[in-house]
Amino acid sequence: MALLEVNNLGVSFVTRNGTNRAVDDVSFTVESGQITAIIGESGSGKSVACYSLLGLIPQPPGRIDSGQALFGGRDLLQLPEAELRKVRGRDIAMVFQDPMTCLNPYMTVGKQLVEPLRYHQKTPAAQARRRALELLQEVGIRDPESTIDNYPHQFSGGMRQRVMIAMALINEPQLLIADEPTTALDVTIQAQILQLIAELQRKRDIGVIFISHDLAVVADIADQIVVMQEGKIVESGDRTGIFRHARHPYTQKLLAAIPADSKAGATLSPEPLIQVRHLATWFGQGRKQEPVKAVNDVSFDIRRGEVLGVVGESGSGKSTIGRSLLRLVPVTAGQVLFDDTDVTQLKGRALKDMRRRMQIIFQDPFASLNPRMTVYDTLAEPLLLHGIENRSSVARGVLKLMDDVGLARNFVRKYPHEFSGGQRQRIAIGRALATHPEFVVADEPVSALDVTIQAQILDLMLALGREYGLTMMFISHDLAVVRHIADRILVLYRGEIVEQGTGHELFENPQQTYTRELLQSIPGRSLLQ
Amino acid sequence: MSDASITDIAQAEQGTSLWHDAWLRLRRNRLALFGLGILVLFITIALLTPWIAPYGYAEQNLDLGASGPSAAHWLGTDIFGRDLLTQIMYGGRISLAVGFIATAVALLIGVTWGAVAGYVGGRVDAVMMRLVDILYALPFMIFIVLLMVVFGRNLLLLFLAIGAVEWLTMARIMRSQVQTLRQQEFVEAAVSLGLSPSTIIRRHVIPNALGPIIVYTTLTIPSVMLLEAFLSFLGLGIQPPQTSWGLLISYGAETMEEYPWLLLFPGLALTLTLFSLNFLGDGLRDALDVRGSRD
Amino acid sequence: MWRFIAYRLLQAIPVILAVITVTFFLVRVAPGGPFDSEKAVVPEVKAALEAQYRLDQPLLTQYAAYLGDLAQGELGPSFKYPGRSVNELIAAGLPVTAELGLYALLVAMIIGGVAGIIASLKPNTAQDYLPMSAAMIGICMPSFLLGPLLVLVFGIYLDWLPVSGWGDIPGDKILPAITLGSTYAAYIARLSRAGMLEVMTQDYIRTARAKGLPEWQVVTRHALRGGLIPVVAFLGPAFAGLLSGSFVVETIFQIPGLGRFYVQAAFNRDYTMILGTTVFLSTLIVLFNLLSDILAAWMNPRLRTQFSEH
Repeated sequence: MALLEVNNLGVSFVTRNGTNRAVDDVSFTVESGQITAIIGESGSGKSVACYSLLGLIPQPPGRIDSGQALFGGRDLLQLPEAELRKVRGRDIAMVFQDPMTCLNPYMTVGKQLVEPLRYHQKTPAAQARRRALELLQEVGIRDPESTIDNYPHQFSGGMRQRVMIAMALINEPQLLIADEPTTALDVTIQAQILQLIAELQRKRDIGVIFISHDLAVVADIADQIVVMQEGKIVESGDRTGIFRHARHPYTQKLLAAIPADSKAGATLSPEPLIQVRHLATWFGQGRKQEPVKAVNDVSFDIRRGEVLGVVGESGSGKSTIGRSLLRLVPVTAGQVLFDDTDVTQLKGRALKDMRRRMQIIFQDPFASLNPRMTVYDTLAEPLLLHGIENRSSVARGVLKLMDDVGLARNFVRKYPHEFSGGQRQRIAIGRALATHPEFVVADEPVSALDVTIQAQILDLMLALGREYGLTMMFISHDLAVVRHIADRILVLYRGEIVEQGTGHELFENPQQTYTRELLQSIPGRSLLQ
Repeated sequence: MSDASITDIAQAEQGTSLWHDAWLRLRRNRLALFGLGILVLFITIALLTPWIAPYGYAEQNLDLGASGPSAAHWLGTDIFGRDLLTQIMYGGRISLAVGFIATAVALLIGVTWGAVAGYVGGRVDAVMMRLVDILYALPFMIFIVLLMVVFGRNLLLLFLAIGAVEWLTMARIMRSQVQTLRQQEFVEAAVSLGLSPSTIIRRHVIPNALGPIIVYTTLTIPSVMLLEAFLSFLGLGIQPPQTSWGLLISYGAETMEEYPWLLLFPGLALTLTLFSLNFLGDGLRDALDVRGSRD
Repeated sequence: MWRFIAYRLLQAIPVILAVITVTFFLVRVAPGGPFDSEKAVVPEVKAALEAQYRLDQPLLTQYAAYLGDLAQGELGPSFKYPGRSVNELIAAGLPVTAELGLYALLVAMIIGGVAGIIASLKPNTAQDYLPMSAAMIGICMPSFLLGPLLVLVFGIYLDWLPVSGWGDIPGDKILPAITLGSTYAAYIARLSRAGMLEVMTQDYIRTARAKGLPEWQVVTRHALRGGLIPVVAFLGPAFAGLLSGSFVVETIFQIPGLGRFYVQAAFNRDYTMILGTTVFLSTLIVLFNLLSDILAAWMNPRLRTQFSEH
């Protein structure tokens, strides 16, 4: 018998604007000793389906319309709250996405850890603490004796996620539900946590539901895969089945969105457009403290027409480099020669003219557009500022930009909040291209988007790059994406360049340990080869 | 799709701005609308008082003395036989004026101060906000009492003194708004487009900082009116022959055993106004989706 | 943590000094001296009086002398109550005001806190609207209106409670405490509701529920602490408000406390009394602000550990 059998689950959210069917006729099973991955983009209902099993969606506005969820011979959906509470945290435990916010900041880690044990088993305090220490050791926290009484903020993100996992396992549950447990983490940490989950699952022979938006993440660990779209299951099967013989077009689209190839080497002019020499950007922290050396003595060239990828984890200084080149942060030392003009020395009129020639596209399509300006205002502003269009021709210029980035013309009077993330990013791209720049910094331009949208935006950027003859700096934490789009890649670590080369060179023959570690951490590596 | 023309724009779908959205949300909030209605009514009455008041401001009827509500005097009369409705109408002029003018003073100083500190940043910001911190720690209520004692009960001084207290919070709110906005990517994008700082402030910062400022302004007016009433009650605010709701309440409290209406009606006028402003402020806060600054 | 406290204490010193200086000069430049009103005073006597109170010396000398006295905790003699020092008057009024303030604060915290938490548990239901409407009334009904109304209803019409005095008749402390505390109860109710609502949407509350804890434990163990930090931070300003509120309440209920002394001193132009009381009350308020800030910071482990590590 299956550990968990969900049949015809339906969940709705009732709001002022009508009823939204979040989960529609969903059935799946989870076997003991297996990892079942539920894959879907935001709004696909993957999390709602799992949370509703445990009574963790607020009702109202949530409402369970139909279905049953058989677990240990009982239907979870029919259990009264008091009974369900005994299942939660004892038989079925959960790990959540963001370890920064999921632990109580006002309570020591030790106290939070023993809570499920103390509550469900009435374990004496001393014994519970011993158990907590053992588990912390098991999930890879060094020296748990001295850290167990610390508060969550004293742990790093990866360590916090380990604590979350220990907390979930402390009652030895039969089923673990992990909701995007690695999404908020750096790639190398993600790889470690994935390995840890797989290891603990095998050792305990328990069932795991692994919820993720990213097929690649579960490629190495899932036994079964369920693909959801708009509240419905579109396809499910075992891992090989899904990866080798996906039948549903949506699954195929998800698979195709995993960037698997290196960009074919293009012929580039050898002439550099930008020469960066000994660039350093430090952020002061007051007089006495040591400054944060976000970028430290970095030199490199960007050739005309090239797409230069910049890869690094959080704190590597990758965003700061891009902003330094554009004079968006004050540079501490060094030169940035743009067409032989030192950008770091420009002032006034000359700086304004230079700004026309270099633009930036940001990560967060919500924050990068002024919420009180229509598409028209946003796009017309640069056109008028730099005299690219005059008052009478500006409307035409705006529509041309909208055509270029693939936005319907009748949206021209709409405001950012009326658009989806992908559409917003198109507006932001349009704004960057409005000044006809020669150079564009793209700072994680697809990281906040759903995977299928990511692919569309990347293709759009490549196409427009060719059309406008752009030189580009593409910043990302995701090696696979960078490899797909960049001619050459810089690997950054703690503000310095560790290694550089073409995608092919880096992937086939990495020289540095850090690069190798980064490569090994790419989720779903097996798919890439 | 090659040749774009202006007519395409004419056919475009109309977007809904955040202001429009907020208005739609506010319209659904009955209490806030009720507050807005009462407020408009009271302000209109205050503006028209000299023409619509049933009696002259100084008109006495000593023979009548204090009398309860009647057909001739809807809200009764005070011990000098003066019409209470007339008194409340004239008092309301002062109370509302103090509320609005002192808030305007606070708004002007606070917003400018906060915007400059927030946008310039660095050492200027540190010095400016340190001053605000120090002033913040001062027990202002006591100081206003002191000011009133030292310089006499002067209406202009009252405006200034109250405005001087309330601008501090306004400056803090504005500064934190500007600072947050400055780090927003759309402001960075505006910098990278080459816009001048003044254009950035005008087009990108101020329109986005307006929401919290409007909400806080709406909530400052009632607290200023309370302050004035408080001082007047103690005999340190408005002084006769002028009157205000606080002063009327103070007189009413002295004779409440015999003539309770003299306390009740001015109290009702003040409370109703405060209610309206607070409901409107709360409604605006929800409608503009401003995170609680005061609570 | 100690560094934080030391830092905040250092910050308080210029504030207190500024208060003393501003008050001192403000009072001295005021038109009209304390002995002007007494027409019967012959010029010689007036001069003697002014000499006694050092009013004939240059302003800066007076200021220096005053600071010297203050350093020894000496607030000077009262102008209006000859033979009594400001210290004595404060010593007489302070216990009364402190007791009144304490009761009012208790009223505010208990009623306000409970109402706010109850309201936050079921937002947008009757359980929320009822206490929050009461809180709105509390905010819009100032103490100088509520006090007389309470007196009218409970003291005069119902004749349940005494309407004036302090500690003379049993029960005479009830109405003043409620009058003074109600506004702050209302503010605290709104603050704690907002704080709790904010916390209850946090991810770690979901974690606590996923552990299977019953709802009351989720609230008491996980939500309460974070939710009440804003309330603790508000206690400082609330204290300042209570003190100035005591001016009105002590006047209404004829309570011989500091507040009433202060208002009387203000009317009488009793300079040393105003000066002394202002300095004293201001210092008290600054210290209370400090205390509530420290308490709020201490409740936040991030701040606590940050300052102990450096």
